Amino acid sequence: MPIVTDTGFVPDDSPALVALEDIAVGGEGIALDMPLDADPEVVAPHFNRIGLIVIPFPSFADGRGFSLAQRLRALGYRGTLRANGHVITDQYPFARFCGFDEVQIDDALATRQPEDLWLAAKDRPVPPFLKRKAQAWVA
Amino acid sequence: MAKAFKTSIVSANDLFVGDVVYMNSGGGWTRKLAEAAIAHTPDEGETLMGRAAPQQAKVVGPYLAEVALDDDGRPFPTHFREKFRTRGPSTRTDLGKQAINPERREPLAASGGI
Amino acid sequence: MYRYDEFDHDYVRARVAEFRDQTQRRMDGALTEDEYKPLRLQNGLYLQLHAYMLRVAVPYGTLSSRQMRTLAMIAERWDEGYGHFTTRQNIQYNWTKLTDVGDILDALADVEMHAIQTSGNCIRNVTADHFAGAAADEIEDPRPTAELIRQWSTAHPEFAFLPRKFKVAVTGSPNDRAVTKAHDIGLRMLRDADGNPGYEVIVGGGLGRTPMIGKVIRDFLPKADLLPYLEAILRVYNLHGRRDNKYKARIKILVHETGIEDMRASVEAEFERQMREEGGPVVLADPKQVERIEAYFAPPAFADLPAKSDALDAAMASDPALAAWVATNTSEHRANGYSIVTVAIKGTGEAPGDATTAQMRALADLGERYSHDELRISHEQNVILPHVKRDDLPAVYAALQKAELASANAGLITDIIACPGLDYCALATARSIPVAQDLSERFAEPARAKAIGNFTIKISGCINACGHHHVGHVGILGLEKSGIENYQITLGGDHTETMAVGERAGPGMSAAEVGPAIERLVDAYLERRSNDDERFIDTYRRLGAEPFKDALYAA
Ligand code: HEM
Ligand code: SF4
Repeated sequence: MPIVTDTGFVPDDSPALVALEDIAVGGEGIALDMPLDADPEVVAPHFNRIGLIVIPFPSFADGRGFSLAQRLRALGYRGTLRANGHVITDQYPFARFCGFDEVQIDDALATRQPEDLWLAAKDRPVPPFLKRKAQAWVA
Repeated sequence: MAKAFKTSIVSANDLFVGDVVYMNSGGGWTRKLAEAAIAHTPDEGETLMGRAAPQQAKVVGPYLAEVALDDDGRPFPTHFREKFRTRGPSTRTDLGKQAINPERREPLAASGGI
Repeated sequence: MYRYDEFDHDYVRARVAEFRDQTQRRMDGALTEDEYKPLRLQNGLYLQLHAYMLRVAVPYGTLSSRQMRTLAMIAERWDEGYGHFTTRQNIQYNWTKLTDVGDILDALADVEMHAIQTSGNCIRNVTADHFAGAAADEIEDPRPTAELIRQWSTAHPEFAFLPRKFKVAVTGSPNDRAVTKAHDIGLRMLRDADGNPGYEVIVGGGLGRTPMIGKVIRDFLPKADLLPYLEAILRVYNLHGRRDNKYKARIKILVHETGIEDMRASVEAEFERQMREEGGPVVLADPKQVERIEAYFAPPAFADLPAKSDALDAAMASDPALAAWVATNTSEHRANGYSIVTVAIKGTGEAPGDATTAQMRALADLGERYSHDELRISHEQNVILPHVKRDDLPAVYAALQKAELASANAGLITDIIACPGLDYCALATARSIPVAQDLSERFAEPARAKAIGNFTIKISGCINACGHHHVGHVGILGLEKSGIENYQITLGGDHTETMAVGERAGPGMSAAEVGPAIERLVDAYLERRSNDDERFIDTYRRLGAEPFKDALYAA
C-alpha cells in the first residue's frame, strides 16, 4: 500500500488510525480516520493534537473527499492530509489543489498505475482560474 | 427469478472506431453479424463473455444480445434496439453498417423489419 | 466576443495533450474503461450506438463566423458532413473515431473552442439567453457572467466528480429564453431597489425522470458575490447530494428531500464561512478580470438608423414569402433599424438541429456579412443572427433560401425540438427524429402553421428528457412497450418564465398513431380558441386538459 507524494512512492509508516468517536481520548500527534459524512467542525477543536487526517475514497468517482479536504483546510487544519483508496493519477493535481498532501493506493492500483505515471501527473494542466488568480495575487 | 436464457451473441463497440462489432467463434471480433459466434446455452454465453472480458484494449462494453436464427442458421436481432445497432440510423440509411453492408438488411427483413 | 488570454490558450492546448495521453493509457491498460469513461466524458466524448459522439461546447451559445467555419470543416474532414445542434448550445458530431479526437480538439483550440465539460458529472457548459446583447427587453448582457462561470468552473479541482451532472443557465431578460427554472442553477440578472446589479438565484430545477421547477434560494445576490455563492451551493451539493442512486443524484432531489429552507440555511452558512475567511473567499473574481471580460462583450458599433426600413417594407410588399418569414423569424432588437434573425434548422422532413457542412458555411458567411461576425445557437436547436440591419433582411432571406434554411417557422408548430433518440443514442428507448419528421410534414403548409400560431412540440427518446418534452406545449416521450416503440403524450408544458411541467394525457400510442392524434388535438384547439391570438397553451389553461385528451384519443 504505497503512499504517493510529490517525490514518488514512499512506504506507509504512519501510526494506527484513531476513529472519530475516539478522538477525545488519544494523545498528541494522532492519525484520524475521517468518515466522509463527518462534520469537519467537530474535528476543528482537536486540530493541534492531530498529525494526520485520512479521508477515504471508496471510488474515484466519489468526489466528496475533495470538498471535505477543502473544508478542513479552510477551518485551519495544517497537519498532513491523506486521500486513501481509489484515486487515479489524473486526480492527483485535483487532490493537491484541494489541500491533500498525499494519496494512499493499494498494490494492485500501484501496479497498474506505477510511480512514473504519478510523477508525470504533477505536471497536468493547472486550472486557468487558479493560474489567473495566482497572477492577480502577485500583481 | 432469473430471466430464461435466449440464444445470444456478444456485441460490443470497437475501442478505436466505436462501431458495432461481434465476437466470432475464434474469440476475435467481426463487423459482420453473420460471422458472430452463437451462444445457445447460459454456459456458452458465459464462455463467450469470459473471452470478451480481458479484451478491454480492443472493445468497449461487451454484452450478450438476444438473437433468433433465420432458415440458414444466421443470427438476426430480435429487439428493435439491436436491429438499429446492426444497421445504423433509420433516418440516414446512407450511414452506418447499412451503408457499407446492405447484405445486413436481409435477415432483418426476415424478422419483419421495423 | 470573448477572446482567450494566455491562460485559456495554454490550458485548452494542455487539455488536448492530456486527452491524448489519457487515451494512450486507456489503450495500454493503465486506465480501465470505467476509469477512462469519466475522463473522456469530461472531454465531450460519448460512445453511442454506432460510433463515438463528440459534443463541442458553444459557450453561452455565441460563436464567430470563423468558429462556425471550423465546425463545418470538422464535420467534413472527420465526420459525415453534418452536425447536430442541441438544446444545450452544443454541437454534436455523431461519427467520430477515437483516434481522430485529439486532432479535432486541436482544430477547435485553433479557434478558441473546446469540448471540455460538455459531459460528465461536473459543471457543464454554461448556457445563456441566445438573444443576449441584442434583445430589446434585456436588463444586462448575461454573457460576461456566463464566461466568468466558465472560467471558474473549468477544471474546478473540487467539483470534477460531483454526484451527477450540473447545469447552469443565465438570463439577463425578464422574458426567460434560457429555461433557467429547469437547470441545477438558474441565474436571472436584475437590479435591487437602489439600482445595484445582482442575480435572483434559482436552484434545483431539472427535467429527466423527475421533472422539477427550480426554487428561488436567494432573491438578490450582489453581483460581486456570485462565485463564492456558487461555490457554496456546489460544496453543499458535493458533500450531501445522493450517491447511492444515480436517478436521485441531481441537486433537485437534494433540494426536494431537504426542503428549500434547510438547503438555503446550509448554503448561506457555507457562503458566510467563505466571506469570513482570512483574505476573503478564494474564488472571489478579480475585478480586473471581470472588467476585461465585460469589455469583450461591449455591443458592436450599431449604425444610427431609422426604426422603419423603407427598403424592407417595399420588398415585403412584393414578396409575401419574405413578409411571412420576417413576421415569424425576426425579433425586436435593442438598436433602431436592426432585427434579430432566427434561422430555423427545421426544414420540412429534416432532423431538427441537423446542419450540413454547406449550411454551416452559408451561416458563417451571413454572420460575417450581415451580423457583426456573430452567430448564436439557441436551445430550440436554431441558429441566430443577432444583429441584422432591417435593410439587409431581403438579402439575408434570399441567401437562406439558397442554403435551404429559409423555413418561416420559428416558434410555430414545426419548430420542433427532438433529441437524437434511438437513431443514435445508446440510452434511448425509442426513436424521436422520425416522429419529428412526420409531424413537420403534416404541418408543412405555411398558412396552416401560421394559423395555428405559437405551438411547441418537444420530443425525447427516453425518460432522460434531453428533448425537453416535459416543458413542451405538447411533449412526446418515446418508450418501449412489449418490444415496440410507444409514445406518451404530455400536455400543457411551458419552458418560459411561466414554466410548467406538462401533464400526461393518457396511455401511450404507437409511432403511426402520434401524427393523426396531434392533428386531432390541433383541430380541437383551433375550434375552441377564443380568438386567433389565443395560443394553444392559453386555450389549454382556460379550458383544462379534458377536450384535448378527448381529441387525442378520439380515434
Ligand atoms: C446522445 C447522447 C446523450 C446522452 C447519453 C444523454 C444523456 C442524458 C441523461 C442520462 C440525462 C438525464 C440526466 C438526469 O436526469 O440526471 C440527460 C438529460 C438531458 N440532456 Fe442529454 N443525453 C444525450 C444527448 C443530448 C442531446 C442531443 C441534448 C440536446 C439536444 C441533451 C440535452 C439534455 C437536456 C436538456 C437534459 C435534461 C435537463 C436536465 O435535467 O439535465 N442531451 N441526458
Ligand atoms: S432523451 Fe434519452 S434518447 Fe434522447 S438523447 Fe437523451 S438519453 Fe438519448
